Amino acid sequence: MTPVISAHSLVLTFETNDGPVHALSGIDLDIFKGEFVSFIGPSGCGKTTLLRVIADLETPTGGTITVDGMTPENARKARSYGYVFQAAALYPWRTIEKNVALPLEVMGLPRAEQQRRIAANLELVNLAGFEKKYPWQLSGGMQQRASIARALAVEPDMLLMDEPFGALDEIVRDHLNEQLNKLWHRTQKTVVFVTHSIPEAVYLSTKIVVMSPRPGRIYDIIDCDLGEERSLDIREAPEFLSIAARVRDGLKAGHAYDE
Amino acid sequence: MSYIRATLIPILTITAILIVVWYAAAIWLNSTFEFDTAERRDIQISWAEVIPATMAQKRPVLPPPHQIGAEMYDTIIDKKITSKRSLVYHGWITLSVTLLGFAMGTALGVMLAIGIVHSRVLDMSLLPWIITSQTIPILALAPMLIVVMNAVGVTGLVPKAMIATYLSFFPVAVGMVKGLRSPEAMQMDLMHTYSANSWQTLWKLRLPASVPYLFASMKVGVAASLVGAIVAEMPTGAVAGLGARLLAGSYRGQTVQIWSALFTAAIMAALLVAIVGLVGTWLNRRMGQREEELA
Repeated sequence: MTPVISAHSLVLTFETNDGPVHALSGIDLDIFKGEFVSFIGPSGCGKTTLLRVIADLETPTGGTITVDGMTPENARKARSYGYVFQAAALYPWRTIEKNVALPLEVMGLPRAEQQRRIAANLELVNLAGFEKKYPWQLSGGMQQRASIARALAVEPDMLLMDEPFGALDEIVRDHLNEQLNKLWHRTQKTVVFVTHSIPEAVYLSTKIVVMSPRPGRIYDIIDCDLGEERSLDIREAPEFLSIAARVRDGLKAGHAYDE
Repeated sequence: MSYIRATLIPILTITAILIVVWYAAAIWLNSTFEFDTAERRDIQISWAEVIPATMAQKRPVLPPPHQIGAEMYDTIIDKKITSKRSLVYHGWITLSVTLLGFAMGTALGVMLAIGIVHSRVLDMSLLPWIITSQTIPILALAPMLIVVMNAVGVTGLVPKAMIATYLSFFPVAVGMVKGLRSPEAMQMDLMHTYSANSWQTLWKLRLPASVPYLFASMKVGVAASLVGAIVAEMPTGAVAGLGARLLAGSYRGQTVQIWSALFTAAIMAALLVAIVGLVGTWLNRRMGQREEELA
């Protein structure tokens, strides 16, 4: 099986006034179709940068990366992925349905197809009935769900999510984690997910990439075989706790020289 | 009720204070003439005689408010609008130049801003010139522009409107550059992930995001356009318009006429700014802005 995302010796160095910043260094990673892969690590470890490289929002300075067998740029132009940001980034002057329609308008889809996709994806994130609301009329969790519907409306094979639930409180976050797990299970999409929460990563992922900072690199890759459909109760199970412990150890070890 | 308390009472209080100060200043400034006249006639007059006299001079140094009010009533309401003494006639001429100049200035400002935001070359080359353009005194520039326009056969409304344009494009250009650059990095990245072209990004993100900036700068622009229109009427022979009334009034020492034209211009500016503001509020509301942000 060929990987959907494949990076080899990937390097990204930002030139700043204070000298070069090694955001990514020697990244080797394969992600396969249908996997749920989490990048976890402290801030500055390059997890968001790596996701942005996959999305062609940053350009690597060394090494190779392919997305869907193409360069990230061509993959972006082929609309291979949907991207969910840290904040919902909904356009405040558009209603929820118009926000979901935004990528579809850019793609130039016929109106009937737009309508079909809006209805289907708002249904999928449980926002049916909120079509005519403006973003400010929705809670933070609902706004983020709307932004997920917007990413899914592109009907990509891949979903790239950058700490999508980071700004939400724990109760909402648990709920959205559960919904995201169901969504992933149902749609069989490849998901690349950036987080700094250990339970979130273990609960959602089939593979956890532990990263460490300065220079940003991969410290450990942990398989997380807890089955496809998971309930939140799984977080009490011994397998869950042992994986979480390994992630925690990885984060500690990768961080240790820092202090 | 809360509107009256929050808005009307403070405004009316200030207005009342201004009127009192004005009357006091009018008595003080106009009394010199009365005392001088009395001295020349070798008669003694008291303040009790001077004060009423200062309220009804023909060419007061500072006309009291009621004299201006009476003159405005006379020249706006009583006079036929075809009369050369009607302020409605002069006001309309100034207004039409203002509106044409404002429309051209807004269009020019928006186009310049779009160019500046999309091209680094234009950003580097145009913006300094745009700022420099506003440092040239409009009074010096206006006659030359009129002369040049006349030489190439452009006369009438357009040369005057161009001076109004010259003043009104600036706030719009500067405000729109800011507005078109106001989308957050995340909102821009979103368009990038959709592989949207710059036209789509402009139409679906930059322009809607700049609407509040556009209307804020159009409020400044419309007032500047009126100033430009009035200034433009002076070197064109002061034939008609509020600017012509101001100039003609100052030639003949008709202070009441000057002040009336001045007030008419001020009221017109306030109305124009208010109309632009109302359209902006209406549009922002249609674009789903929450009520408390509309102010």
